[in-house]
Amino acid sequence: MKPSPFTYHRPESLDEALSVLAEVGGDGKVLAGGQSLLPVLSMRLAAPAHLVDVNRLAELAYVRAEPGGVRVGALARHAAVERDEQADVVQPLLRQALRLVAHPTIRNRGTTVGSLAHADPAGEMTAVLAVLGGRVTLVSKAGRREVDAADFFVGPLESAVGAGELAVEAFFPAAPPGSGTAFLEVARRHGDYAVCGVAAVVTPSPESVDVAVGYVSMGPTPAVARLADARPSGPPVDPASWAEAADAAVTGLEPEADIHASADYRLHLARVLTARALAAAWSASAASGTEAA
Amino acid sequence: MSEQRLPVRIVVNGTEHRVEVPVRRLLSDALRYDIGLTGTHVGCEHGVCGACTVLLDGVPVRSCLLLAVSVDGGSVTTVEGLAGVGGGPHPVQQAFTECHGLQCGFCTPGFLTTVAAYLEENPDPTEDEAREAVAGNLCRCTGYQNIVASVLRAAELQREAGA
Repeated sequence: MKPSPFTYHRPESLDEALSVLAEVGGDGKVLAGGQSLLPVLSMRLAAPAHLVDVNRLAELAYVRAEPGGVRVGALARHAAVERDEQADVVQPLLRQALRLVAHPTIRNRGTTVGSLAHADPAGEMTAVLAVLGGRVTLVSKAGRREVDAADFFVGPLESAVGAGELAVEAFFPAAPPGSGTAFLEVARRHGDYAVCGVAAVVTPSPESVDVAVGYVSMGPTPAVARLADARPSGPPVDPASWAEAADAAVTGLEPEADIHASADYRLHLARVLTARALAAAWSASAASGTEAA
Repeated sequence: MSEQRLPVRIVVNGTEHRVEVPVRRLLSDALRYDIGLTGTHVGCEHGVCGACTVLLDGVPVRSCLLLAVSVDGGSVTTVEGLAGVGGGPHPVQQAFTECHGLQCGFCTPGFLTTVAAYLEENPDPTEDEAREAVAGNLCRCTGYQNIVASVLRAAELQREAGA
């Protein structure tokens, strides 16, 4: 359970990091929090020739809450994002989901951008970025590009980050006025990988009820369902009232079976959790609506 | 190809250590083999069990999920550093003794460091919060009941000491 040998680089600036990454190309792997990477190295599921440690790039350890959304730098630890009060105001789904990311000890070191780049479909933050329609900024010697969540997650453990590129920032759009969010999951043990997780955003308006739901562990990449008008059939605080919307949202999901759950059981969880999450998100939206009025 | 090695400076429990380690050396192994502090236990070595938890600049982290070279210049507290200046047990250690919070003791260093840091942040946890605080640490002996009791007792001891 020890990593195989590699050449270690510890750049002191973003410029230097990009030069090293350009030099090592596809043989290089970025080390930020390392909470997913170190187990993979120790189990020798990966053996990169070069490790580029970006922990000295303190300028990337930021969480910036702006009216339009929350910008999270590459070195911001999950714990810092979770604790940021302004970020919680701008986009409450962040804290709701982060509380379910592994354990506090892991969140103290692991980075939010790193978990996005890791692109594990069981990762809570991948579903959050996807359901919010966020984006990731990638920088290399050749320039800078922004990749939308829909294009960022390519496959299981595969993101759009190319050789020589560093994911420097993730942008999570703000919750629309009057909307509500909720994140629910079922895991074998609290803090463990979710068998199924659901990130829900409900945006009621006088004309319609817009619903967006992102899914954890329900496919190779974080699946998202968007329903243009998903009115509850009864009292909106009751999950039963959202059964039809949940049925519509899970249509198209094709989860796989594994040692923890059959595909059918995963679909069942998705349906139940979606209804519950929509009711919870509605309650959060009604509350915020009352506050505004 | 000879393996790359780098000098690392780490302050452990207030004492500065300068060691030269292979770059792939885990912090857990550096503490045990290079620095000689074997209180930090290595269980699963992939971040699941929590036995290797130490405080890095006061914050609990898994030492098996960190490279020693990555924490160059940092300050680490291991279980050996919890005891007070006078050598008496830390309130958390005292509480684990009183409440039988350990049996075989293998997981205990990870619990002690985790709980010591947690109580700094939340000095008066409820039972549910105490349970949540240790959720990232595995114990195969106790069934956790006495560990949760120990967390609550440690909080009590610290409050008494502070009063």
